[in-house]
Amino acid sequence: MTKEENKVDVIVVGGGPAGISCAVTIARAGKQVVLIERGKFCGSKNVFGGAIYAQPTREIFPDFEKTAPIERKTVEHKYALLGKEDSTVISYKKKTEDPVSYSVIRGKFDRWMAEEAAKEGVVLVEETVVRDLIIKDGCVIGVKTELEEYYCDIVVLADGVNSLLAKQIGLRGDLRPEDVALSVKEVIKLPQEVINERFHVSSDEGCIYEIFGGPMLGMLGLGFMYTNNDSVSIGLGITLSELIEKGLRPYELLDEMKRHPEIAPLIKDGELVEYSAHLIPEGGFKKVPVLFGAGVMVCGDAAMFVNNLHWEGTNLAMISGKLAGETAIIALGKGDYSETALSKYQQELEDSFIMKDLRTYQHLMSGIGQRASEFLGYYPQKINSFFEMFTSVDSVPKRKKYRDFIKEFFTERPLSELFKDICSGVKLLWSILIK
Amino acid sequence: MSDIEDKLYTVKYSPDEVSHLQPVQECCRVCQSKICTVICPAKVYEWDENNNKLIVNYENCLECGACRIACESSSLGWKYPKGNKGVTFKQG
Repeated sequence: MTKEENKVDVIVVGGGPAGISCAVTIARAGKQVVLIERGKFCGSKNVFGGAIYAQPTREIFPDFEKTAPIERKTVEHKYALLGKEDSTVISYKKKTEDPVSYSVIRGKFDRWMAEEAAKEGVVLVEETVVRDLIIKDGCVIGVKTELEEYYCDIVVLADGVNSLLAKQIGLRGDLRPEDVALSVKEVIKLPQEVINERFHVSSDEGCIYEIFGGPMLGMLGLGFMYTNNDSVSIGLGITLSELIEKGLRPYELLDEMKRHPEIAPLIKDGELVEYSAHLIPEGGFKKVPVLFGAGVMVCGDAAMFVNNLHWEGTNLAMISGKLAGETAIIALGKGDYSETALSKYQQELEDSFIMKDLRTYQHLMSGIGQRASEFLGYYPQKINSFFEMFTSVDSVPKRKKYRDFIKEFFTERPLSELFKDICSGVKLLWSILIK
Repeated sequence: MSDIEDKLYTVKYSPDEVSHLQPVQECCRVCQSKICTVICPAKVYEWDENNNKLIVNYENCLECGACRIACESSSLGWKYPKGNKGVTFKQG
C-alpha cells in the first residue's frame, strides 16, 4: 500500500477518555481521524476506581446521561479513617438530580463513548498495538503497528500511564517508582437491594468511600469503594516506591483492608467477579512530560494529568484530549503541524484548570511523602484516639482526659518532630493557597 | 478470604504463544531484591532456586507495568501483548 492510501489527517493512539475525546472533537470538524486501541474493545484494558465526572463528560458528550451505561449517581462521599481496629467516618451527603459524578464500569462506558465517536465519523481500529512512531525530518508523520504503517499529519498520544511511545521519541524520561501508584481493585457482586440497604441509598443513588489508614497507615496510599448497580468496586493504590521499600504485596494489603471491621460488613457474602490492577500517574506537575513536538501531542495519563488529592483523572483526560483536538483542527486548517503550531496546545492547557491545578498541588505528594509516617500514620491514629477518649465513660474527670490527650503530643515523640510537622504543614498550605 | 489464585481466576485472558515480558536472566541472577516477585499484583514472577532463574507466568499479566518501573537494573524487556492478546477487563 502506498503512503497516500494509508494517510489520514490525525491518528489518535489509545481509546480511553483522552483519546476518544480528542478523536470525536476532530471528527466533528469534518477531519479524518483514526483511533487505534490495543484492546479487544475500548475500555477492555482500562481500570479506574471509579466514577466519571458529569460536567467534563458533558463537554464531550452533551447528552450522555440519557443513553450512556451509567451505574449510580453519587449522592454521598464518605471519608473513612481506619485505625487498627477502630475508625472515624465523615460523610457529606446531598440528594440531587444534578450529581457531580456517576459510578461507571470502564468496559461498558469507554466502549459506549467509542461507539458514539464512531457514529460521528471516527474510524475505530481495535485490537491493534502501535509499536513505533514514524519520524521524518524530526517530525512525527505516522505510526507503525504490527501489520502496517499508517501516515497522518498529526499523531496524538493518549496511550496511558506507561506511554512507551512518548518515551520512545524522547518527550519524557522513564517513570520512577515514586511517580506512580500501583492500584489493585476487586469488583464484588451483591444484590442491588443489599447495596441499597448497606449504603443507605436508593437504586439509582451511589456512595463513594475514600479510605485512609488501615493497612496503609503511615504510607502514601489510599483506598476506595464505589457502588455500582449490583456490585461494589473496592481497591487501594499505594505509591510503588513504598511497596518496593517495604516489600509489600498489593493484594495482601487489599485483603487486609477488606477484613477491617468498618469495611467487612459492607461487602459480606459478596462474590468476586473481577480482580484488576493498574498504575496511576502520581508524579504531578514536576513530572509532566514535554506535551508537544512537531506533528505530535500528548494527553491524559500519558501526560501525567492526574489530580490525586481530588481523585480526578478522567476529567483531565477528557479535557486535555479536547484541547489537543481543537489544536489539531486549527493546525490542519493552516496546514502547519510544526512544533510552533502545536504549542497552542500547551497554551490552552496552561489557561485551563488542568495546569493550574497541577501547579497548585505540585509540592503536595513530595511534601506528604517526606512525612508520610506522620501525616498518614501518627495523626490519623490520633484522630481515632481522640474519639476513643471523647466517647469513653470511665469515671475519670473530663479535664484530666483532655489534658492527657494534649500532653501526649509533646511526650510521645521528640519535640523537634512536632516542630517539623508544623513547618511542613504550613509550607504545604502556603504552596497550595499562595504560591 | 480469596487468595491471589482465586482472584486471578476471575480475569479473562487470551494468552499469546510467546511472552511479552522478557527478563535478562543474567541480571536476575545477581539481583538482590528480586522485587518483581513481590510487587507484581498478578504474581507473574517466581524465583526458581533450583534452576537459578526467573519464571515468568506471563499469561497472568494484568499489563499494569509496575515490574518494568520497579526492576532494579531496568533490564526487564516489557512490551504490550499483541492486539488481540492479553487481559480483557470487563469490570474496570
